[in-house]
Amino acid sequence: MTVPKTVLEGSEAVAEAVRQCKPGVIAAYPITPQTHVVETLARMIADGELDAEMIRVESEQSAMAACIGSQATGVRSYTATASQGLALMHEILFIASGMRLPIVMTVANRSLSAPLNIWNDQQDSIASRDSGWIQLYVEDAQEAYDTHIQAFRIAEEIHNPVMVCMDGFVVSHTYENVLIEEDSKVSEFLPEYKPLFSLNPKKPVTMGALGTPEYFVRFRKQQQDTLKKALETISKANEEFAKAFSRKYGNGLIETIGMEGAKHAIITMGSVTGTIREVAEEAGVGIIRVRSFRPFPAEEIRKACEGLESVGVIEKDISIGASGALYDEARSALYSLKNRPKVSGFIAGIGGRDITPSHILEIAKKIKEGEERTEWVM
Amino acid sequence: MIEIRFHGRGGQGAVTAASLLAKAAGLDGKYAQAFPAFGVERRGAPVRAFCRISERKITLRSQIYSPDFIVVLDDTLLGLPEITEGLKKDSVAVINTKSRPQLKQKTFCYDATSLALEMLGKDIVNTAMLGVFAKASGLVSISSIEKAIEENFPPRLAEVNAKLVRTAYERTE
Amino acid sequence: MEKLNEGAVVAEPGSSSRKKTGSWRTFRPVVTDKCVACGICVLHCPEPCIELKPSKDSKASSGKIAVIDYDYCKGCLICMNVCPHDAIRKEMER
Repeated sequence: MTVPKTVLEGSEAVAEAVRQCKPGVIAAYPITPQTHVVETLARMIADGELDAEMIRVESEQSAMAACIGSQATGVRSYTATASQGLALMHEILFIASGMRLPIVMTVANRSLSAPLNIWNDQQDSIASRDSGWIQLYVEDAQEAYDTHIQAFRIAEEIHNPVMVCMDGFVVSHTYENVLIEEDSKVSEFLPEYKPLFSLNPKKPVTMGALGTPEYFVRFRKQQQDTLKKALETISKANEEFAKAFSRKYGNGLIETIGMEGAKHAIITMGSVTGTIREVAEEAGVGIIRVRSFRPFPAEEIRKACEGLESVGVIEKDISIGASGALYDEARSALYSLKNRPKVSGFIAGIGGRDITPSHILEIAKKIKEGEERTEWVM
Repeated sequence: MIEIRFHGRGGQGAVTAASLLAKAAGLDGKYAQAFPAFGVERRGAPVRAFCRISERKITLRSQIYSPDFIVVLDDTLLGLPEITEGLKKDSVAVINTKSRPQLKQKTFCYDATSLALEMLGKDIVNTAMLGVFAKASGLVSISSIEKAIEENFPPRLAEVNAKLVRTAYERTE
Repeated sequence: MEKLNEGAVVAEPGSSSRKKTGSWRTFRPVVTDKCVACGICVLHCPEPCIELKPSKDSKASSGKIAVIDYDYCKGCLICMNVCPHDAIRKEMER
C-alpha cells in the first residue's frame, strides 16, 4: 500500500467519514475528548460542505432524544459523546435500541469521574454494554474513519444503533496518515437510508407505545436475536468494505495477529493493540483484537484460542467488584473448550495511564507463566 | 522510526508544531504520528508534544520516553529534568535560545524568539523552530513544511509563517 | 402468535378509535337543559369525547349544546365536576 499523504487528527478523520455518510441531523453536546469531531462537523455545515441540521442541545440526554426524534421521522442521524456525557445518555440509549433506530454514535472513550479525569480508558462505553447498541472498538484513525462508514450500513441494514468506540486522545487527538476516500465511492457503499417505519402524518404509526409484560419480553428477545444476527452483518460489512476500498479488519469481529503457531496470546480492544503489535513477536505472543464487543464474538474467540496454553486479557475498564468486562466474557467463552487455555486478566491504561512496550513485555511474561490471575498495571 | 519530543509552554504552539511536522512528513510520503501529552492546557505551563516519523506504518501508541530529537521552544524550561529525560548519547537537541546551553548531546541553538518578534510581531516560535529542526535533522523537506503551513493556517498567517520557517531554515547552521 | 413489528411500532393507525371504552362506565354523565354551551367540559374531557353541536334544545346564542359520545366516555365525571352551570348530572349505568 502506498503511504496516504494526508495526516489528520483522528477526530477530523471521523468527521470526514460522517460528512460523506450525509446524516440529515446531528445533535450533540460538547464534552472532551469528543469535541473535535462535532466542531469539525459544525464547520463543515457552516461552510456548506454538509447539508445537515445541527441541533445544539442542552445535554447529552437531549442529544440522544433529538436523534431518536429525527431518526424516527426517517432521517439519518448522528451524535458523538464521551464519559459523563455517555453516562447521562444512558437512559435514552435503551430507548434508541428498543425502538430499533439505526443511529450512529462516536464515543471518544474516556474514564468516568470521580475523581475528575479527562483521559482515556474504556469505562464509559463498557458501562453501556447492556444497552442493546452494537459496539465496535477501533485501533487507529484509519479504522475509525472506515468503521464509521461501515457503522451506518450495519445499523441501517439490521435496524439497530451502533456505537463506534475510539480511544479518547490516543486516537481522537492523534495525527496520523489517513486515506480519505472519494465521496462518490462512499455513497456507492452506503445506500440511501430507507426506514422500515417512519413518522409521517400521511401514514400514521405509533412509536414508543407501552409494552405489557407478554409483549415486552418478546421485544427484548427480538433485540437479542438481532444482535446475534449482527455478528454476520458486521462480518459482511467488513468483507464488502474490503471489496470496495481494499482494507479489512480481521473478520470484522476479531482480528488475529501473529497467531500462527502461537502458544500464548493477548486478547484486547482498541488502540493499545498497536503498542502490543510493536513487541508481540519479541514477547512470544499472538494478538486477538476484539473489534465487536457487542455482539460478543464468543465463537470466534473460542476458535482463535483453540490449542493455546495461556491467554491474557488487557483492558482499560473494570467492573468494580468483579473483573474486567472483556476478561469475564472471554473467559466464559472459553469455558466450553475441551482443553481451555489458562486465562489471566490485566487492568491497564486506567484514567489515561500510559501503556508502554515494557509493560506489554512484563505482562506477556506473566501470561506465559500460566497462572490464572488478575492484576492491575499501575 | 525517529521519535521527536517537543517541549514548550502552553500557548507557544508545541502541539501545533508537532502536528505540522507530522503533516509535512506525510507530504514527503512518510508515515507520521503526532500527539500532545494529553492534559489540561494552561497558558504558560510546561507542555510536551510528540512526533514519530517512519518509513513503515507506526502502531506504537505510548508517549516518547527516549527521543531521538528534542525541540525546546523556550529555554527557561532547560532547568527541568523532564527536558533531558531519556535522551540517548546520539540524540540531538534543537533549542530556541540566545545563549549556548551545555548539553551532552549534539545541540542546535537558534534565537527563534528574535526572528519571530521581527517577522510576526509575536513571540510564537513554533513555526520558526520547525525550520531549525528541518535543517538540523534533514528529516523533512522545508517545502513540505511550508506546504503544511499553507494548508493549515488562514491565508495571511500562512504567508508570513511560511516565510518565517524558510528564513529560520536558511539561517540555521 | 402474531408477528411483532421491530421496535414495537404500531403500524396500523386508528387503534384508539377501534377500541371503544364506553363499557367502562359505572356512572353516565347526562347533559341537561341548563347547558349554555360554554365549552368548559369540552376542554376538560380527558378522552376528547364531548363536542358542542347544534341543537333545537339549545339555550345558547350559538344554538349549540354539549353532546357526549358514549362510545368512548369512560364515566370519569370530570365534566360534571367542572360544569359552572350544574348542567351535567350522573346516572347509574345499567
